[in-house]
Amino acid sequence: MDFSLTEEQQMLQDSVERYLEKNYSFELRRSMVDERQAMSEEIWKGMSELGLLGVPFSDEYGGFGGGGIETMLVMEAIGKHLVMEPYLSTVIMVGGLVDIGAAEWQKKILLPGIVNGSMLLAFAHYERESRYDLGHVGTRATLDGNVWVLEGKKTLVMHAPVAEKLIVSARTEGEPGDRDGVSLFIVECDEENLGGQEYPLFDGTRALEVQLNGVRVGPESVIGTINGAMPLIEKVADRAMAALCAEAVGLMGAVYSMTLEYLKTRQQFGIPIGKFQVLQHRTVDMLIHLEEARSMSILAAGKVDSDNAFERRRAVTAAKALIGRAGRYIGQEAIQLHGGMGMTDELPLGHYVKRLAAIDVLFGDATYQRSQFAQLREDTAATEFVQPRKAWKQI
Amino acid sequence: MDLTFTPAEVAFREEVRAFVAEKLPGDVARKILEHRHIEKDDVHRWHRALYEKGWIAPGWPEAYGGVAWNSVQRHIFDEETASAGAPRLSPFGLSMIGPVLIAYGTDEQKQKYLPEILSGETWWCQGYSEPGSGSDLASLKTRAELKGDKYVVNGQKTWNTHGNWADMIFCLTRTDSSGKKQQGISMLLIDMKTPGIEVRPIVTLDGGREVNEVWFEDVEVPVENLVGDEGRGWTIAKFLLSHERTGIAGVGVSKRELVYLKHIASQEQVNGKPLIDDPVFRDRIAELEIDLMALEMTVLRVASAESEGKAPGPEASILKIRGSEIQQRLTELQMDAIGPYALPFLPLSWGENWVGQRIGPDYAAPLAARYFNMRKTTIYGGTNEIQRNIIAQQVLGL
Repeated sequence: MDFSLTEEQQMLQDSVERYLEKNYSFELRRSMVDERQAMSEEIWKGMSELGLLGVPFSDEYGGFGGGGIETMLVMEAIGKHLVMEPYLSTVIMVGGLVDIGAAEWQKKILLPGIVNGSMLLAFAHYERESRYDLGHVGTRATLDGNVWVLEGKKTLVMHAPVAEKLIVSARTEGEPGDRDGVSLFIVECDEENLGGQEYPLFDGTRALEVQLNGVRVGPESVIGTINGAMPLIEKVADRAMAALCAEAVGLMGAVYSMTLEYLKTRQQFGIPIGKFQVLQHRTVDMLIHLEEARSMSILAAGKVDSDNAFERRRAVTAAKALIGRAGRYIGQEAIQLHGGMGMTDELPLGHYVKRLAAIDVLFGDATYQRSQFAQLREDTAATEFVQPRKAWKQI
Repeated sequence: MDLTFTPAEVAFREEVRAFVAEKLPGDVARKILEHRHIEKDDVHRWHRALYEKGWIAPGWPEAYGGVAWNSVQRHIFDEETASAGAPRLSPFGLSMIGPVLIAYGTDEQKQKYLPEILSGETWWCQGYSEPGSGSDLASLKTRAELKGDKYVVNGQKTWNTHGNWADMIFCLTRTDSSGKKQQGISMLLIDMKTPGIEVRPIVTLDGGREVNEVWFEDVEVPVENLVGDEGRGWTIAKFLLSHERTGIAGVGVSKRELVYLKHIASQEQVNGKPLIDDPVFRDRIAELEIDLMALEMTVLRVASAESEGKAPGPEASILKIRGSEIQQRLTELQMDAIGPYALPFLPLSWGENWVGQRIGPDYAAPLAARYFNMRKTTIYGGTNEIQRNIIAQQVLGL
């Protein structure tokens, strides 16, 4: 057991931190939100040049060959600097689906495009009825000759407004809620039977409601095995949750530092308010939540690539549950300790708190994750996704 | 970064497990696992087994009879022994006065006391708190006046754990009251059989008698029993309280109690179904289990940093607070799990030799008393509020 970073990991952490510190100001982010931009092309290019977009992929696709810990380091910095770029959607989620599930020739097209920053992708999965249930897929894909026809609606597709391609989950067999019968398809966003409505989330993220009105895709568009996508989706969702946990730790660390600084400088009754014991104790409780969250983020990052699905799910659900709660706690306390200033749009604080609140919701909030954790059984752990050889030929 | 145990750490765990299986007395383990009263001899037998193996003092330098385990190994040892139901060793000799004597004691004191702490021949207790000096420990008033080659001690100590089992007490006394309250404090080692010492039990709200008042009336202590310099006792007292940080979280014991909680919740029935399948109760257990996972990971982070010789970061200071809160929440849930059978209170029935009828299931009897008893964890060793003061002032710089 060893919690220290390797030299390579330390360099990765330093370089992402240095780059964002220098190039990603809060003002830049604010102007992007005001102008309804989902991202900055310049920042994305810069992240690509640093090699950040290839962190989870092997070097044959131009990647860094990293795992959960390396992703954690990048995501923590993304949180600390409140970065809006579509790293989670493009690199972690779609990148993860392709990296684990796609055929070799598909990987050779898609992964280098992700790594060099030229290809933006989003994962269209959740639907109105699914709430947090990953298996609730009602969108249908039916065969017409050797062409798949996709019919249905997808909701809350993050970063889709800037994507050129979507990976869409659709039911090729069974009913919504069945674990079997879900398949993944790559869909070009300029497809004419694909409609959408763009809107912002409360943290400034741009999202899309997606309408698939008989979108036709060829057999080469299938990622993974027909009917067998759920284990792949679950595995990638766990990666996304571990990444979000790390982002949340970065956010919480920043919020905590801002609050500590405020307590030391804000004067009332002739002394810094941090001299008041009642505020000191509340700050210590923020620190406790932060350190617990950091511990759980490390646990999730360390176990998310585990071959043991029970161990992986146990770590990720526990981390997401604890971090969802800790994020709420730290955000709410930070606003309270900042007094009226905590309520303003002017201070970065509120924007951090909103991102923390959004992270709790994504993939299921603390209550949902705790319930998932409680129902995990060692013997009923999810079956592992086995990468097919040439999946697209099965049609 | 690697969260898996190394092959050497796995082998160490196996070695500890095998030793515990062979040497931990079964009757003692049963008492611990079922929360029944333990006696001095129960602890002593386990102490002797560890002493004979050479594993009694992991925190001590090898030259003084310690074991060269790193913090991760110590965590594994704590976890394995706790889960098997090993009793907690008396900390007053091994974790408190032992390290103090190694750091501040004279050669004569080391030779006289350390071997008997290791062997378990001498049992120690602590003379710190006084009726007027709780969190404000430095305000203590017990006087020690030097007369010839003896100190004469007068005063009263309180919250003295297991003074009735102890042969010796290490005692903070006031040798000078002219300066600041932190100055003029001296640490004395006092034989509990010295004339003028009286030990009176304090009955706690669970009916227990583990803490005492200790009265000193003209108690004569040889001058060679002074630890360090006269008037430097406060520095030594702080050294003692800061020693051994990771063990304080009690992760091993809490993991054992979580298993016991699940056992109870799977036996108890609600509408014909096990309580553990009730979604509300199940989620309360889950929340506690997740918090315990976070505590364990935090302990391992601290242990790993210590093993590499790094100074612990702010995460180390939270261990006592969260560790004690989790211990209390476990007792709450265990009591909640047995529902109405928390109510019967028959302390005699907790003994192994009880032949009368028990009310309710066997495991129910001691749980309420344990819930009340464990309220102490957020008070002793510096209340959790004092811990927060220390963190705010020393770690956060507020």
